[in-house]
Amino acid sequence: MRRLTRNDSDAARKITRRAMLLGSIQGALVGVLALRMRYLQVEQADQFKLLATENAIKIRLLPPARGLIHDRKGVVIAGNEQIYRVTITREDAEDVPTVLADLARLIALSDDEIARLMAEIDKRPPTLPITLADRLSWEEFSRIAVNEPALPGLTTEVGLSRFYPRGGDFAHVLGYVGPVSDYDLSKIQDPDPLLQIPKFQIGKLGMEAKLEDLLRGKAGARRIEVNVTGREMREIERREGDPGAIVRTTLDARLQNYVKARLGEESAAAVVLDLTEGDVLAIASAPSFDPNLFVRGISNADYKTLTENDHRPLADKTVQGAYPPGSTFKLVTALAALEAGVIGPGETVYCPGYMQLGNRKFHCWKKGGHGQVDLEFSLEQSCDVFYYDVAQRVGIDKIAEMARKLGLGVKHDLPMSAVTEGVAPSKDWKKERYGKDWQIGDTLNSAIGQGYVLASPLQLAVLAGRVATGRAIVPRLVRAINDKDVPSPEAPPLEIDPAHLQLVRNGMDRVMNGKHGTASASRTVDPTVLMAGKTGTSQVRNISVAERASGVVKNDALPWERRDHALFVCYAPVEAPRVAVALIVEHGGGGSTAAAPIARDILLQALYDGFPPLTAYPEGQRSRIEEERKSLPLAAPESFSKAKSRA
Amino acid sequence: MSYLDYNLGAVPTGWRKVLYINWALVFLLIAISSIGFLMLYSIAGGQLDTWAGPQIKRFGAGMLGMFIIAFVPIGFWRNMSVVGYVLSVLLLVAVELVGTVGMGAQRWIELGPVRFQPSELMKIALVLLLAAYYDWLDVRKVSRPLWVAIPVVLILIPTVLVLKQPNLGNAILLLATGGAVMMVAGVSFWYFGTVIALVVALVFAVLESKGTDWQLIEDYQFKRIDTFLDPEADPLGAGYNIMQAKIALGSGGWSGKGFMQGTQSQLNFLPEKHTDFIFNTLAEEFGFIGAFSLLCLYVLLIFFCFLSAMTNKDRFAGLMIYGIATAFFLLIAINMGMVMGLMPVVGLPLPLVSYGGSAMIILLAGFGLVQSAHIHRPR
Repeated sequence: MRRLTRNDSDAARKITRRAMLLGSIQGALVGVLALRMRYLQVEQADQFKLLATENAIKIRLLPPARGLIHDRKGVVIAGNEQIYRVTITREDAEDVPTVLADLARLIALSDDEIARLMAEIDKRPPTLPITLADRLSWEEFSRIAVNEPALPGLTTEVGLSRFYPRGGDFAHVLGYVGPVSDYDLSKIQDPDPLLQIPKFQIGKLGMEAKLEDLLRGKAGARRIEVNVTGREMREIERREGDPGAIVRTTLDARLQNYVKARLGEESAAAVVLDLTEGDVLAIASAPSFDPNLFVRGISNADYKTLTENDHRPLADKTVQGAYPPGSTFKLVTALAALEAGVIGPGETVYCPGYMQLGNRKFHCWKKGGHGQVDLEFSLEQSCDVFYYDVAQRVGIDKIAEMARKLGLGVKHDLPMSAVTEGVAPSKDWKKERYGKDWQIGDTLNSAIGQGYVLASPLQLAVLAGRVATGRAIVPRLVRAINDKDVPSPEAPPLEIDPAHLQLVRNGMDRVMNGKHGTASASRTVDPTVLMAGKTGTSQVRNISVAERASGVVKNDALPWERRDHALFVCYAPVEAPRVAVALIVEHGGGGSTAAAPIARDILLQALYDGFPPLTAYPEGQRSRIEEERKSLPLAAPESFSKAKSRA
Repeated sequence: MSYLDYNLGAVPTGWRKVLYINWALVFLLIAISSIGFLMLYSIAGGQLDTWAGPQIKRFGAGMLGMFIIAFVPIGFWRNMSVVGYVLSVLLLVAVELVGTVGMGAQRWIELGPVRFQPSELMKIALVLLLAAYYDWLDVRKVSRPLWVAIPVVLILIPTVLVLKQPNLGNAILLLATGGAVMMVAGVSFWYFGTVIALVVALVFAVLESKGTDWQLIEDYQFKRIDTFLDPEADPLGAGYNIMQAKIALGSGGWSGKGFMQGTQSQLNFLPEKHTDFIFNTLAEEFGFIGAFSLLCLYVLLIFFCFLSAMTNKDRFAGLMIYGIATAFFLLIAINMGMVMGLMPVVGLPLPLVSYGGSAMIILLAGFGLVQSAHIHRPR
């Protein structure tokens, strides 16, 4: 046993001193830790709170439902359909190839598709749902849903996609939507965040594109909390978006369907205008196509069929197509001449069947000529020489001015794609366009709607409407937005002497109802719906001197694409016009035979809001008309009820 | 003055020993560990079985071990110090040969169902041996070069072995703990001054060696140093962990986001959230108030250890308690400094709170030794 020594107690004190020092060092370090804690948690807390929020809170957009488009009676013509899709989340699936193989036993999935999907799945983060199949049928969808427990990682979802319940009827006016492309984004200055959603549908063409801002709606948002792998943990807040506006158009779905059916397989276009407010009741281009094909992603084969068709189904002939208006333009020349005073009521021009201009002969369509022709008779018989004569005296610039007054050569602002301005040629126009001086021959050609004059069927309908009412009717397509009526100010009167207008109207009346009217075969006999109209036949080829000498080749003998365009403009009833129709049948031959009968049917259909009684037609035609009606491929009448339409 | 110089009759025997336990320490240990259970429960998203449950069981086992060790007279443990040291060194060698690689380092050894790190055991064994050494050594010889060299070698052997694993954190810990015992034992400050100067020179040399063929430390250790110096430089790469840790801690603010409401930890942005970075979870959910409270509990625990050592007239017991308390303190300081961005990430857990079996059991065993010294102190 060691004994207690002085050294020992000294040592003990030294140890205590040293221990105090050690404790002090430790205390100082604790102080540093506490200060650091205070610095991070108190002084810098706000900054770190922000960073923590950025980490964990993400915003996901909720796409709004696209606005519906209704016809004037509330029938849905562009709606949204529910689509069923199945997605896979790699993280949950674990064994992706097995799951896909199992899925392939439930729905049709080719080996190529599976390989493509596998590559896609491997590329994306494991927490992101990837669409395996879109637009499943209900049977497929329910088959997958039932088997979901055996298919880890698969989720069945319901989404919305644009649907056009009336198929091809409104293809040209409405256009269609499609997934937003990089090209679309590059054109937009301030892109809506919605456009970043993959496959988000935006209007590509037609009203869908023009009214995109109205129809798109506003995005909703979900604030969600995600974990470090990006997987959604919970929803913090959900704000539904505002669906797009409901656009009620001026169109009449039933009439449109009829027009479409009546145009049949022809390459044709028809525009029906209501004359009280300028409402476009129907605007149809034939042949048409199913816009739903484009929404779903059209196949190469289908697209090729559409582009290779010589009847150009993709072109919108109603507003985009600019045609020589032919004799329908004589309404313009006649009014220009009357207003300029170069011809008055009862004054006549002698028609020998041609007009000699220098060494060129300008022919009337009637070889032997019409003899003495006054204005009304010139319209009834569509005498060309009368118009050669008066046009020379009026001059082209006044004719152009009158054309613009009547709605030709000006752009009508409808929410449709590629609305053409047409051409109402003048001296300055030719100088600017071709750098050449205007020739007197140009005036003669223009006077009968050939040469440089170009007009769309829409413009011709406006022409007919303005002549019929004497007011500057402006066509419109949108009646109401979200049930709020779009105001339609009453069209101001045209600055044309009413007596002159009446003279031209009389001429149009005689076209249908006169003894020698060019379209008298297509007249109506019901006194309440008597029509007035004007035929037009526009050449798409030059008739050589040699051909004229040996007799002009009949249209039937020509190949289709070289035949004349058949045109017809009309309105009814004669006394109090309510509806105007313009119609063109491309390469249809004569306006009186190819266009007028169709225009009459459409006009009566619009006036009666349905099939007119057969008594409206001349007696000899009734049985044939009845037969024709039966063969029309019309949609079932009950499909036009509001309730039945898919929303 | 040695234990054997005192009246053995005054030392409690049998069940009476229970009355002489330092209960303050026991309560502090339970309080601190309970904070750990709470956090482990929270991190697991309200699941007891994931981490909290096993941790509670281990704590129970550790407490049992602590009491058993406490009831064995301290003299026995002093006599075992050489055996313990040799055994620990052998285990460190063994881990080098057969150990399990985890997190890029060989640290673990498996003894039947138990998996533990011999470096943890080494800390206690080193403190015991050094305390016994200075108890044995004539106090007048303490600062003589030969008698200084012996403990230095005793410290360096395990330090080098641990560094080879490589486990920088525990190597620093062994070095600092051994140094602390030597300082308290009365070794002249001249030696410490010299060593500190040498360490500064060495750090300089290490930094200079980067990229040369005589590179002194591993690339990943350099990377940790770089990351420490500028965590924002690469927030998604090497600096990610420390950046997320600071966000968790800082975003807790004054009073925290609430129990189980910490976004950083609940949504896994925080790495190693149940082990090395558990303090950040606490700081995120309970704010400065919670984090500072835990720090206070730790300070109290160390304070009571120091108090016990100062009132203990046995030199071995005193040195041993200082050593164990310092090792404990260093764990806290290094872990907290690390998760608060004051130090490079060296991979040391927060004592008693972090999830991990062997660390907790060995720490409690260390406190068993402190209790034994307290119960059997000379009177």
